Amino acid sequence: MQPFTIVSGIAAPLPASNIDTDVIMPKQFLKGVDRSGLSDGVFHDLRFGPLRDTFVLNKSPWQEARFLVVGPNFGCGSSREHAVWGLGQLGFRALIGTSFAGIFFDNCARNGMLAITLEAAALDTLTAIVSDPTTAALTIDLPAQTITAPGGLQLAFDIEPTRKESLILGLDAVGATLQERAAIQRFEQAYLQENPWLA
Amino acid sequence: MAPRTLYDKLVDAHTVRRLDADGRQVLLYIDRTVLNEYTSPQAFTGLREAGRPVWRPRASLGTVDHVNPTASRRVAAMADAGGERQAEYFAENCRDFGIELFDVLHPLQGIEHVVMPEIGLVLPGMVIAAGDSHTTTYGAFGALGFGIGTSDIEHYLATQTLIYKRLKSMRVTVDGTLAPGVRAKDVVMALIRTIGASGATGYAIEFAGTAITALSVEGRMTICNMAVEAGARGALVAPDDRVFAYIAGRPRAPKDDLWDQAVAAWRELKSDPDAVFDQEVVLSAEIIEPMVTWGTSPDQAAPINTSIPDPAQEPNPDRRRDMERALAYMGLAPGMALDAITIDRAFIGSCTNARIEDLRDAALVVRGRHVAAGVRAMVVPGSSTVKRQAEAEGLDKVFLDAGFEWRQSGCSMCLAMNDDVLGAGERCASSTNRNFEGRQGAGGRTHLMSPAMVAAAAIAGRLTDTRRDIGGN
Repeated sequence: MQPFTIVSGIAAPLPASNIDTDVIMPKQFLKGVDRSGLSDGVFHDLRFGPLRDTFVLNKSPWQEARFLVVGPNFGCGSSREHAVWGLGQLGFRALIGTSFAGIFFDNCARNGMLAITLEAAALDTLTAIVSDPTTAALTIDLPAQTITAPGGLQLAFDIEPTRKESLILGLDAVGATLQERAAIQRFEQAYLQENPWLA
Repeated sequence: MAPRTLYDKLVDAHTVRRLDADGRQVLLYIDRTVLNEYTSPQAFTGLREAGRPVWRPRASLGTVDHVNPTASRRVAAMADAGGERQAEYFAENCRDFGIELFDVLHPLQGIEHVVMPEIGLVLPGMVIAAGDSHTTTYGAFGALGFGIGTSDIEHYLATQTLIYKRLKSMRVTVDGTLAPGVRAKDVVMALIRTIGASGATGYAIEFAGTAITALSVEGRMTICNMAVEAGARGALVAPDDRVFAYIAGRPRAPKDDLWDQAVAAWRELKSDPDAVFDQEVVLSAEIIEPMVTWGTSPDQAAPINTSIPDPAQEPNPDRRRDMERALAYMGLAPGMALDAITIDRAFIGSCTNARIEDLRDAALVVRGRHVAAGVRAMVVPGSSTVKRQAEAEGLDKVFLDAGFEWRQSGCSMCLAMNDDVLGAGERCASSTNRNFEGRQGAGGRTHLMSPAMVAAAAIAGRLTDTRRDIGGN
């Protein structure tokens, strides 16, 4: 997993509520058995459909965006991790919003995608700033937990320490958990003894 | 010990170890999973590349459901080359890692969340995580079910655990008696409309109240299934005798002495009387009416006997813009009566509403009537078992005589990953769970409702109230 420390780039505003994972990655891109080839699928109907000229990611400077400033409940719906893989393959490194759907939020953490939650007022400010093509470049500093906009505006954000550490180090979660093999075995043995109908 | 909610008890009982000082993050032991062909392949590839075995193969079951065709004659072939490759790789993975598989020709094949409970693999007190958001369905049994992504499927397969963040708790109490013709689907749609599509994000819901305990186990499954459409990552109903009776005798359920031991333990699975929930929501059963969605988010819903709301009346500018966008996509205008909306397609299916009780309920509406001219109507049973049971009861004939297609089981047009797809601009009355843009096909327009309401719409050719226009309950 690619570590996340300090990343700079253009941020694109996407303020609609409830942008679901069907919209982020439509079904026709879910037919693979590996993670590859998903960048074309990202926001496919918006990027390539009849209204493509009005879609922010088709406009300068946002077609180079590495961050999205999104509306509430981003990533709701289907559990498909393909949505996060595709965003990563298209070059996105972080998403900033007021709330993310639970499964999507976890999928981001497992793939080095930083999902930042801000209060509504701070997000409104940020959305206004990145909607102006001359001020759309941000710097996100994960160790310092700050977002810096042109002109010096700096926003602090919260993140759980465990999530932060795994993003900064790009940890392999499975490998780390397998270090606990003995503890899991001990737990399992006692648990199945106590609930023998599950053994 | 401080009073605890049922959710707390389940998390505590499955905590291998705390990962932070206050116990918000834990390493959580998972009892079992069900795998499908489209969210699992990359997880298995991860195991293969790292040379890791599956920790407990018997705690996983595979079933092909998302990409298979549902044409009335069952065939082994998938709808397209991508689906074919997924089904092949799924079979290879299940074989190589020792996991039981219900492939498309297996007599127990079906939608994962229909299959698991019907063979007795979902038991009270379990924690079940699976690569599908509707895993919340299992809460109907007092089991904590939640959806995970593919990376977490791999983590589960390799370690039998997940890194888990404890949720906040919300109790949704529905007291009173549902009016005749009002169904479990209407209850959960009314809840989503009330609290919004992210109203339960970050929460586990516990459903309580006399209107909930009066529901059948299958009705409770519908409610827990769709709780995820309000953002809940877990939905529970405390298990009772009705649940125990539902499980008893199912092929994989515990038997004899183990059964008695299990039931004794399951009777303890409830929130302590003085447990404190982070949020309380109260709905009155009496005022819930049959619901339909008019927009592109499950919370854009209204009682069937009302009209499409006017965005101009919406004070919140963000919500107003969302409404305008939804109505433009749906090709609908404010003020239009919901029961004046004509349909092209009708779909009865999905893990939300394609169990045997759903088909019986819809068949009551359909019996002796015929699908309206110009409407294509389909029934896709939730599992092969449900299909056989329905056929034994003659329900297939009721649907076929009325002009419905009677098909093989699968997820089908709930998410249209197979060849069951809405055309652009086609409007569908659907017993499914998501009315997102493009969900049932690019440009397709979905109206969510109960299976009986879908049946009534198919016959009327437009959305309609089962109580008024068809006379059935």
